[in-house]
Amino acid sequence: MKVSYFPGCTLKNKAKDLDLYSYKSASALGVTLEEIENWQCCGGVFTSADDEVATKLSSVRALKYAFERNEPLVTVCSACHNVIKQTNYAMQTNKTFADKVNRYMAEDSYNGEAEVYHYLEMLRDLVGFDTLKEKVVNSLKGKKIAAYYGCLLLRPNKVMRMDDPENPTIMEDFIRALGADAVVYAKRNECCGGYISVESPDSARRNSNAVVKNAKAAGAEMIITACPLCKYNLEKNGADIPVVYFTELLAEALGVKEDTNA
Amino acid sequence: MHNNRYLRDEIIRISGVNTAKCMKCGKCSATCPAYDEMEYHPHQFVNMVESGDITPLLNSDSLYKCLSCFACIDRCPRGVEPAKVVEAVRLFAVRKQGANRMTANDVPAIVDEDTPQQLLVSAFRKYTK
Ligand code: SF4
Ligand code: SF4
Repeated sequence: MKVSYFPGCTLKNKAKDLDLYSYKSASALGVTLEEIENWQCCGGVFTSADDEVATKLSSVRALKYAFERNEPLVTVCSACHNVIKQTNYAMQTNKTFADKVNRYMAEDSYNGEAEVYHYLEMLRDLVGFDTLKEKVVNSLKGKKIAAYYGCLLLRPNKVMRMDDPENPTIMEDFIRALGADAVVYAKRNECCGGYISVESPDSARRNSNAVVKNAKAAGAEMIITACPLCKYNLEKNGADIPVVYFTELLAEALGVKEDTNA
Repeated sequence: MHNNRYLRDEIIRISGVNTAKCMKCGKCSATCPAYDEMEYHPHQFVNMVESGDITPLLNSDSLYKCLSCFACIDRCPRGVEPAKVVEAVRLFAVRKQGANRMTANDVPAIVDEDTPQQLLVSAFRKYTK
């Protein structure tokens, strides 16, 4: 299976691990990630105002590219996924906005036809967690792992449609497919503070600490995330258990983690 | 600066929100992770825009404390989408000439060796125009 892959700015810089292990794991699972040509940064956060047009063009161009190749668009960064899915939804549901956007498109117009998958959704819906389970060579049996969804993977639910926004299971099912124990805790879908560490580092610290404390109290030995900013905020604010990209764990379980210098 | 009618219409237009739907239950503010940082809370944004009392919001740092976590959007029982109101007021503020909350000159003081690009692009998207 071949998919159009949108890596995003951070995966080519500070989050190279997230990118590298995504490629390695996908190929072990029979999926080819074809990087979208000339992709541009999604902007990190979606602007809900529909009179904001120019800032959403990079997402639309990536979506249009995938649609024209008849491939699903797959992203792995929580932020890219959120921005691209929200932009696609606006293209489907807001005619005025879509008309404005299409004035910037050189050829055919685009109206939200592409299908957007987060890498986790790709594992669940296109590969299948049962298939994943069969491909595991290094079982993570006995490890107690907490999934950290944060805010961007699940919300707004009307648009993301990834899982139940208050009682999600996709990351826990992923952890179990790798053979480990999934630790469920209340703060797994609360925000780490995101970009607020620029404006109020104290606010980010409080939010991040609350997440780590809650995960540890539930018995977690490790936290997994899909978001470079969550990882940064949790680590910078003193997480004393490892915070790891889910694709790194995946690569480890699939036995393709070695021979990297990331 | 502007009369309240114009301001109110403009904020409502940018946000796409029907503030009259709010039943003042306070759930948005109860779930807001930035609550302690804010002078005006999400339910107040909704109600002050509804009543046209917008200048205090435009002048408040509360505009820059919202995390865009969308918790208030998903948890509002009336589908009001308060975060869109906060966003609209903030856009109205930063779209003014010279009103950017941060500039490229602020970046060196923010970054350390682990800072993800995502942090900077997100902050610029929220705090500048
Ligand atoms: S949760 Fe919704 S209905 Fe309740 S106060 Fe907030 S905006 Fe109003
Ligand atoms: S989106 Fe903003 S206002 Fe709404 S709950 Fe999150 S931080 Fe609070």
